[in-house]
Amino acid sequence: MTAPIDSLAKVCGDVRAAGPEDGVLGAVPRLVAAPATVAEAAEVMRAAAELGLAVVPRGMETRLDWGLPPERCDLLVDTARLDRIVEHEAGDLVVKAEAGVRLGDLAAALAEHGQRLALDSPLPGATVGGTVATGSAGPLRLLYGSPRDLVIGLTIVRADGRIARSGGKVVKNVAGYDLGRLFAGSWGTLGLIVEATFRLHPMPAAAAYVSTVVPDPAAAHEAVQSVLHSPVAPSAVECAATPDGIAVGALLEGVPDGVTARSGQVNDLFGGGARVEQEPPAWWGGYPDGTTLIEITAPPTALAHADWLTGSATWSAAGRGLLGLPGDLTPERAAETLEGLRAALAPHKGGAVVRYAPEPVRDALDVWGPVPALSLMRRVKDQFDPERRLSPGRFVGGI
Amino acid sequence: MSTSLARLAERFTALLGPDGVITDPVRLRTYECDGLTNHRATPGVVVLPESAEQVAAVVRACAAEGVPYVARGSGTGLSGGALPRTDGVLIVTARMRRVLEIDIPNQRAVVEPGVINLDVTRAVRADGYYFAPDPSSQQICSVGGNVAENSGGAHCLKYGFTAHHVLACEIVTPDGEITELTADGPGYDLLGVFVGAEGTLGITTKITVRLTRVPETVQTLLAAFDSIESGGTAVSAIIGAGVVPAAIEMMDALSIEAAEAAVSCGYPPGAGAVLIVELDGPDAEVAHQFAEVERLCRQAGAFEIRIAADDAARALIWRGRKSAFAAVGRISPAYLVQDGVIPRTALPRVLGRIDALSAESGVRVANVFHAGDGNLHPLVLFDDAEPGAAERAEEVSGAILDLCIEHGGSITGEHGVGVDKSRYMPRMFTDTDLDTMQMVRCGFDPAGLCNPGKVFPTPRLCGEVPGVRKGVHPLVEQGKADLF
Ligand SMILES: Cc1cc2nc3c(=O)[nH]c(=O)nc-3n(C[C@H](O)[C@H](O)[C@H](O)COP(=O)(O)OP(=O)(O)OC[C@H]3O[C@@H](n4cnc5c(N)ncnc54)[C@H](O)[C@@H]3O)c2cc1C
Repeated sequence: MTAPIDSLAKVCGDVRAAGPEDGVLGAVPRLVAAPATVAEAAEVMRAAAELGLAVVPRGMETRLDWGLPPERCDLLVDTARLDRIVEHEAGDLVVKAEAGVRLGDLAAALAEHGQRLALDSPLPGATVGGTVATGSAGPLRLLYGSPRDLVIGLTIVRADGRIARSGGKVVKNVAGYDLGRLFAGSWGTLGLIVEATFRLHPMPAAAAYVSTVVPDPAAAHEAVQSVLHSPVAPSAVECAATPDGIAVGALLEGVPDGVTARSGQVNDLFGGGARVEQEPPAWWGGYPDGTTLIEITAPPTALAHADWLTGSATWSAAGRGLLGLPGDLTPERAAETLEGLRAALAPHKGGAVVRYAPEPVRDALDVWGPVPALSLMRRVKDQFDPERRLSPGRFVGGI
Repeated sequence: MSTSLARLAERFTALLGPDGVITDPVRLRTYECDGLTNHRATPGVVVLPESAEQVAAVVRACAAEGVPYVARGSGTGLSGGALPRTDGVLIVTARMRRVLEIDIPNQRAVVEPGVINLDVTRAVRADGYYFAPDPSSQQICSVGGNVAENSGGAHCLKYGFTAHHVLACEIVTPDGEITELTADGPGYDLLGVFVGAEGTLGITTKITVRLTRVPETVQTLLAAFDSIESGGTAVSAIIGAGVVPAAIEMMDALSIEAAEAAVSCGYPPGAGAVLIVELDGPDAEVAHQFAEVERLCRQAGAFEIRIAADDAARALIWRGRKSAFAAVGRISPAYLVQDGVIPRTALPRVLGRIDALSAESGVRVANVFHAGDGNLHPLVLFDDAEPGAAERAEEVSGAILDLCIEHGGSITGEHGVGVDKSRYMPRMFTDTDLDTMQMVRCGFDPAGLCNPGKVFPTPRLCGEVPGVRKGVHPLVEQGKADLF
């Protein structure tokens, strides 16, 4: 009988035995394969299917320690060599890139044409595939949305090794189901993302960050509401807990005259005395400190009662919050904090999910909280991955 | 009527009352088609539920009998998505028209699926908000239909489609359960795939929509060019300059002629093409970019530019464009409306090929399109009294779709696949692509009773895969994995 490593080596130029450094939250795979083309990736997935291997995809590992550890991980599929920008038709404001392309490299290539993918990438090195798979976005979410809103075409390799595409390379397109939105934020549990096509936006000629500091969440709420309901059309509105109070800032993008005028308006809305900078303030758009990260989803007005917005925490007016818990917090206290948070968010129809935490904390927590439509999600998962070999256990409800 | 339909009709009358059920053949016939009138089928039974619970009860009854059902909003769809089944039930949302909640601080509203698109805007206009998706049918189409079709409008170039403006949907699943799908809750983005699934994954009974702040300024211009080519050059130049207009629309000579005949819009005489460009946003931004757009239009050869000084003048500019579809009725006894998409940069090439197609076949084609996103609406003209003309028009219309696919585009930008275009799906997607999409459908609707026969040319069998363990992991069933 051929050993799995040999079977994989027949179809992929870069296969090796895994080492401890390849572990995913403690689950150490047996093998690592790094396909260099979409076809090779399909062959690897087909071989994995034949061998019954559990597969976990890996990009640049910026979020590999997020979520739950896989119950099984035999084969790590590393997308690092899938690093081509396949097509960039500047006149169409569309780019197609392989999963392993780093957002930073993509941004540099697009900037040459005065264009950008309107997604923040706070974690240096993050790849196209990882960003789509985790559905991650930063402050620009307010105006541009998250990967679900920007992916217009997706190529995936299914659990059985078949290549499937949805969408295309035009922005306006309603032919067939939009698997791009389904795969955005699916955490490697439905298939291997190998290529994504994004709609792009022109790089604004000018940008300004207008910020102020207010004493408490209620005041932050007022400041944020004043900007949201004004005609200044911000690209992002962010808040962060700082030692001096809550920092509130708006990002304005556009033509230079426009940005100057709108900065003045936001300054007035903030009651005067705001800082206006070309570069983001230090607190803007980063992940909070701490060893446990909780992500909050709630409507904008939840900010008014966001007593949790203290210590190491941020809030985006798009309705997202991030709260970092310190490493010295006991698992019991962390669990209490999380439950308290969920109780406070419930009246706003908000929720909280633990993105990462040290193992003892993770074990003490309900990582996902209530998941509506979970049974439908399981049924979709069963269709895509009937043998439960794709990142098993990493996702909601044991998916 | 089959015995199972008769049984169902009785059941429905008990559930919804006699007003909520239609079985009279004459009245049933009013529902035989949607906006695409060449596909017709009289529904077996029509029901008019008033609540999600009633929809769920109807769906459960259909599931128990193995009878197919189709949802219908206002019936304005242009791909036969709401085409009923003679052996099935048509679930019409016309009595679910309440705006349930308006929440301006959170920039959202909750509506029932039968609410008319424009009524959402009407309900929030005084607060300085509107519902951004603006299909030309917005005075009559329903928000539920918009969700199913992922509808867009002239302004989706800047503001996106329905998918970008829906935050959550309460749905009745094909099992007859009521559940909520959200864009940003934990788990899969099932909402993302539900929107645009053309009513094949369930029936939405409550929709949370995003409201958009009315822009400070709107500026509109009309530019007249000698030819489509120079109009196209202007479009490329505007996009290339980094301007994102709210809308860029183009009409060719034939469609201008039709619009003149129908509504006397008074577009510049002798124009081979007109371009309508609308910018909106903060004053200072719009003022600057508008001057730039005007300059670029002139540079591309515009021989006349009109700038709307006020809302009345803006309405006049739009009047010709908005009437274009109906207007071709003035210059042709019959016509087909096509909906295809091409990459914007392929516009000149594809329009040239459409011209050639038209010349070769002798079939006239009027071009109206959302130029900013390459969404073409060629109007293929024919005389339905002339034998064979309809078939020739069909052929040209189909060839245009082939051109779209050949240039890397799509067979539909906004009207959907429905029954009309399912046969074109294999030209755009492989069998595996279509099979993969239908895995989602098998997850939602393994029995295939929810709007069957739409979107996909051949249904996927959702049966059990032999030898493979289905269902959730034992750990989960024991309730352990959830707690990890
Ligand atoms: C003159 C005219 C102009 C148009 N212009 C545009 C345009 O500019 N842009 C555009 O995108 N479209 C346009 N359309 C097409 C059409 O108006 C849209 O597709 C619209 O969204 C359909 O809404 P409806 O309520 O009429 O849906 P229907 O035609 O009743 O149904 C459409 C589909 O939605 C499903 N459906 C309806 N309600 C529900 C529900 N509650 N849950 C699940 N599924 C449901 C149906 O089963 C069907 O598949 C136009 C149509 C006409 C006639």
